[in-house]
Amino acid sequence: MTTVHIGNGAGFSGDRFDASLPVIEALSHKTGPKYLTFEVLAERTIATAQRIRQNNPALGYSPYLPQYIEPALKSCLEHGITIVSNMGAANPIAGARKILEIAHEQGLRKPRIGVLLGDDLLEYLNPEDLGRASTMEGTSIDGRPILAANVYLGARHVAKVLQENVDVVLVGRTTDSALILGPLIHEFGWAENDWDVLASGTICGHLLECGGQVTGAYFADPGFKDVPNLHEVGFPLAEVHSDGTFSLTKPEGTGGLVNKATITEQLLYEMHDPAAYLVPDVTADVCAMTLHDEAENKVSIRGIQGHERPATLKATLVVDHGFMAEAEMSYAGMNGYARARLAADVVTQRMRTLGYNGDIRVDVIGAHSVLDGGQLPQTAPAFDGDYRVRLCLISQDRHRAQMLVDELQSLYCSGPAAGGGFRGFVTEQQATASILLPPSSIEPHVRAEVIT
Amino acid sequence: MSLTRKFPLHALAHGRAGDKGNVSNVSIIAYKADAWDILKTNVTEDIVHKTTQHLGVTAVHRYLLPNLHAMNFVLENALDGGVNASRSLDRHGKTLSYLLLSRIQIEAPIELLPDNSPYLDPQFSWEKASSS
Repeated sequence: MTTVHIGNGAGFSGDRFDASLPVIEALSHKTGPKYLTFEVLAERTIATAQRIRQNNPALGYSPYLPQYIEPALKSCLEHGITIVSNMGAANPIAGARKILEIAHEQGLRKPRIGVLLGDDLLEYLNPEDLGRASTMEGTSIDGRPILAANVYLGARHVAKVLQENVDVVLVGRTTDSALILGPLIHEFGWAENDWDVLASGTICGHLLECGGQVTGAYFADPGFKDVPNLHEVGFPLAEVHSDGTFSLTKPEGTGGLVNKATITEQLLYEMHDPAAYLVPDVTADVCAMTLHDEAENKVSIRGIQGHERPATLKATLVVDHGFMAEAEMSYAGMNGYARARLAADVVTQRMRTLGYNGDIRVDVIGAHSVLDGGQLPQTAPAFDGDYRVRLCLISQDRHRAQMLVDELQSLYCSGPAAGGGFRGFVTEQQATASILLPPSSIEPHVRAEVIT
Repeated sequence: MSLTRKFPLHALAHGRAGDKGNVSNVSIIAYKADAWDILKTNVTEDIVHKTTQHLGVTAVHRYLLPNLHAMNFVLENALDGGVNASRSLDRHGKTLSYLLLSRIQIEAPIELLPDNSPYLDPQFSWEKASSS
């Protein structure tokens, strides 16, 4: 029975650049089809990439592409490990050209690179029509101009690129799990309506796509959930069988942990209804899923069920969201909390005097912040604590945003006693919203190309 | 009769938070299979909503996965507009798993805790742990 080996070398843009190396080493000793994925494309990243492409048509792929590809390409080409990644971002063709350039610089054979196109909706749909579609997941665009619009393509589109006999597949927006399910469809020839195996491959992809999050990273809670050698956590490797069952492990000699607990945490990460995990290819159902310890740091997974694919495809719209101002100052020692609270009151009152009537979020870091939604208690958690007051607002007007930063800075001379360590920033913001589209409006525009 | 004590959910379960738009999901997973029933009884939609409503959460839905001794909570409107609109320091709401683990208290028999749990020490207290 054929086994497909798939490893993941990155779980987000900015993940460790060398995490793929032990994964490649482990894959190089396997027989049969071998794949290495890099998942680096967050919802908002694509809007930034779009803007970069508009300024320079040779860019618009992931800015981290060289950092991930340069250390990995030689071994992958030598050992027949196919790379599949969404580093194409807003410009997969330019990304492919960059990889050809890297191969040339490193004196490697010329790789065959396939790209997937058609996720960029602004290529073929009217932005005004997109703006009128109803949004979901509690998001909205409120009539603002659309900066980027990308539909999540599915695994069968990725599999179509693999039919071109390529060394590397670069895509823009697909579901993250499609980077893994695509190769499985290609290798096993899974039918478009073989729901159970498609669901298994989707969940395998879901577990792999965040890199170390399934192998003991993002898990450690010292004394309660200990993880060996987190600083050298091994990224995940899957062995997948043609019936859809698979096991998860990590490279020998790496840090981290693979067990039922690490897998269950990652299984439910960003999942809503466990009976209906929706991707373009299938509706996956993990309610009957079971986990079995196979060896140390190796767990096999069975019992995933699939149902018919959703009738619609999800797309992400990116719009301008004005400017965010964040400004901070520290107050410490005796009565520090009261001085921090007074500092927040002074700035808030000054903002009102200057004509800003919008909402200002106040946190007192060291007392109450991320878990408290801006709700501050009256009493100090500790009388001599070390507190950092943080004010934040989002405004369409850059000057209003800058005003908050300036007012907080003025506390140096005009605020409560002994404020120190001011930091303040104004950053441009983009918001995202999700809509649903009929596949018939997308499919005719989806195409694979080989870049040479 | 077994000895029961009041524990934060952190003693009995672990979990992780994820985000999609303005919706957060938090998994709660029993360390020991035997603790599943008491979690199911005590960690309800209602108590999770009470624990998270200061964030602006408008509705909570709980999904059960008995095979995995896990439950998944979906919190509507938990993220001040979502990762790209929020003014929270933690725009993804990644810290919210510890909101539930820390602030939900459960009266539970001590044998439902993992064998090496620091909470099993009758002298254990967070005040002592954090000042040592």
